[in-house]
Amino acid sequence: MEKFTQHTGVGVPLRRSNVDTDQIIPAVYLKRVTRTGFEDALFAAWRGDPSFVLNQDAYRTGSVLVAGPDFGTGSSREHAVWALKDYGFKVVLASRFADIFRGNSGKQGLVAAQLAQEDVELIWKVLETAPGTEVTVDLEARTVTCDDVVVPFQIDDYTRWRLMEGLDDIGLTLQHEDEITAFEATRDAWRPKTLPAKHLPPVEIKAARPVELSLGRRPGL
Amino acid sequence: MAGTLAEKVWENHIVRRGTDGAPDLLYIDLHLVHEVTSPQAFEGLRLAGRPVRRPDLTLATEDHNTPTLDIDRPIADTTSRTQIETLRNNAKEFGVRLHSLGDADQGIVHQVGPQLGLTMPGLTVVCGDSHTSTHGAFGALAFGIGTSEVEHVLATQTLPLAPFKTMAITVNGALPIGATAKDIILAVIAKIGTGGGQGYVLEYRGEAIRSLSMEGRMTICNMSIEAGARAGMIAPDQTTFDYLQGRPHAPEGADWDAAVAYWETLRSDDDATFDAEVVLEAADLEPFVTWGTNPGQGLPLSGSVPVPEEIADANERVAAERAIEYMGLTPGQPLREIAVDTVFIGSCTNGRIEDLRAAAKLMQGQSKADSVRVLVVPSSARVRLQAEAEGLDKIFLDFGAEWRNAGCSMCLGMNPDQLAPGERSASTSNRNFEGRQGKGGRTHLVSPLVAAATAIRGTLSSVSDLGPDVAVPDGSPLDLQPA
Repeated sequence: MEKFTQHTGVGVPLRRSNVDTDQIIPAVYLKRVTRTGFEDALFAAWRGDPSFVLNQDAYRTGSVLVAGPDFGTGSSREHAVWALKDYGFKVVLASRFADIFRGNSGKQGLVAAQLAQEDVELIWKVLETAPGTEVTVDLEARTVTCDDVVVPFQIDDYTRWRLMEGLDDIGLTLQHEDEITAFEATRDAWRPKTLPAKHLPPVEIKAARPVELSLGRRPGL
Repeated sequence: MAGTLAEKVWENHIVRRGTDGAPDLLYIDLHLVHEVTSPQAFEGLRLAGRPVRRPDLTLATEDHNTPTLDIDRPIADTTSRTQIETLRNNAKEFGVRLHSLGDADQGIVHQVGPQLGLTMPGLTVVCGDSHTSTHGAFGALAFGIGTSEVEHVLATQTLPLAPFKTMAITVNGALPIGATAKDIILAVIAKIGTGGGQGYVLEYRGEAIRSLSMEGRMTICNMSIEAGARAGMIAPDQTTFDYLQGRPHAPEGADWDAAVAYWETLRSDDDATFDAEVVLEAADLEPFVTWGTNPGQGLPLSGSVPVPEEIADANERVAAERAIEYMGLTPGQPLREIAVDTVFIGSCTNGRIEDLRAAAKLMQGQSKADSVRVLVVPSSARVRLQAEAEGLDKIFLDFGAEWRNAGCSMCLGMNPDQLAPGERSASTSNRNFEGRQGKGGRTHLVSPLVAAATAIRGTLSSVSDLGPDVAVPDGSPLDLQPA
């Protein structure tokens, strides 16, 4: 993961609350088996609307998303973070984030910075009055600067440290592998194991077939 | 020191306690895997030359992409097929047990764990799927994780986690007739909001919760995530033990006795303190439906579509205006007058055997409204087999419904089961987000009873709208044992 200390880029005001991860990237784009190449999928349902903020020239190159409360709710799909990153976003600012989204961001080097809602409103105002205004996010100082607005943000100490050091979680954990092994030796006998597999006897499952519908529609259309 | 259920399970899994703001390192007892959120995790292992540390604590199934028709033929959608084949290759390469399409144990991951007896009280359970909260119904600490965390668990069988806060949700009294577990959880989400549970583990308590079956408890814990909580839990009791005993992976003999002795200690102490508490009276509940585009935008079925001008909070007002427009509704319109095109009965929320029995009870001897298509999708192949053994498939087919193979199906429309733009559904699933069930689709979340009643009448309905000739199941617990 790249180290992150400070970023300056065009701010994008997204005046919507409860932007769930189905909106950030619809399920139909989740079928890929790669970790990159999701930029076209970002906000796919909204990108068709010419008035959508990312379709306006001033915001198109944005890298700091300024969203309404409860950003990233719903599905755990990390693809939401990948799509934001692939588009070019480095930071999301909001007054509240869904827990899983926040965690996924931290793992992937996307800064999810929590601001007071009134500060989000101030930044929105600047970005809408002067589209294309840049926002500076300083992770070391935990401040956001946008024109004459300078406000603090919150991010937990551990995530901030990992982001600033660019550290890989798995590597950190494996430093304690002996402790994991010691813990495993103490586990109760009743705790389940998936192998060797136990199950009820195998039974043939009959395939369902399409039916004629009264409306003349085929299922799924 | 007195502790809550969640704190007890947490304490029991600490491999290494975090210091100086670092998270605790928690051991993971059971890791469930499906095709959508795992390919990039396995790829990460491969690139780093790491094995799966504990294949014997890992179980994979195919569910999100799988078709529910023609499952004996190659999957038509090539990207879906690639994703499924990728999981099959990864399972083989890394030695992970996989239940593939066509296998009797294939199905939605959150049904497969419980039905195999792998989900138990006192475990930590994770899966790259937000509805992993379902397993909390057994008194397990179970939560959804992202793909980076999936890779982390595959490599280390642990996760670094910052402690959660705890919230007690107490539902007193008995449910009225026609109200179900789904109505409880929709009412909870409407009360605390989609962000109300952020940072919390929810513990559901009280008489109405205690009297629910395991299926009902799973429905409730399943939707904890829709209130923003990563996990929901219910303390195990005799209902839990009875469900587990005799299942393929349930402990046996002395192990069973030791397990039950421990499980009986898994309850919040009387003097434990929660960070937040919410109380509901079950008697006040009635069938609930959502009118908007997040699961918190729900109301009793007797209500009407909100009038945005009457909403005080500016953000909520804008969200309501947008939702009403997307949903194609009129402010003030009675919810019972909303006509639907499709009824979907299925998903990890309400695709279990009891849910199918509930729907079948209402559908028996009736026919669907002409204007409605009805999809019934069991949550697993075993549930399908059980329903067929009970003759439920005949009831659905006679009613005019389609009886499909198992999977996530129209809950999120990754397979061909989707709504068309503008098409409206009454769905027993968990999310009514814009486009969730297909681009432009409009979703009303409902219980299986409301779904069945709606399929009969064509408009959002509850059992009380049906004539006296329809047998009405009791309230809670539903009288839904096989005949």
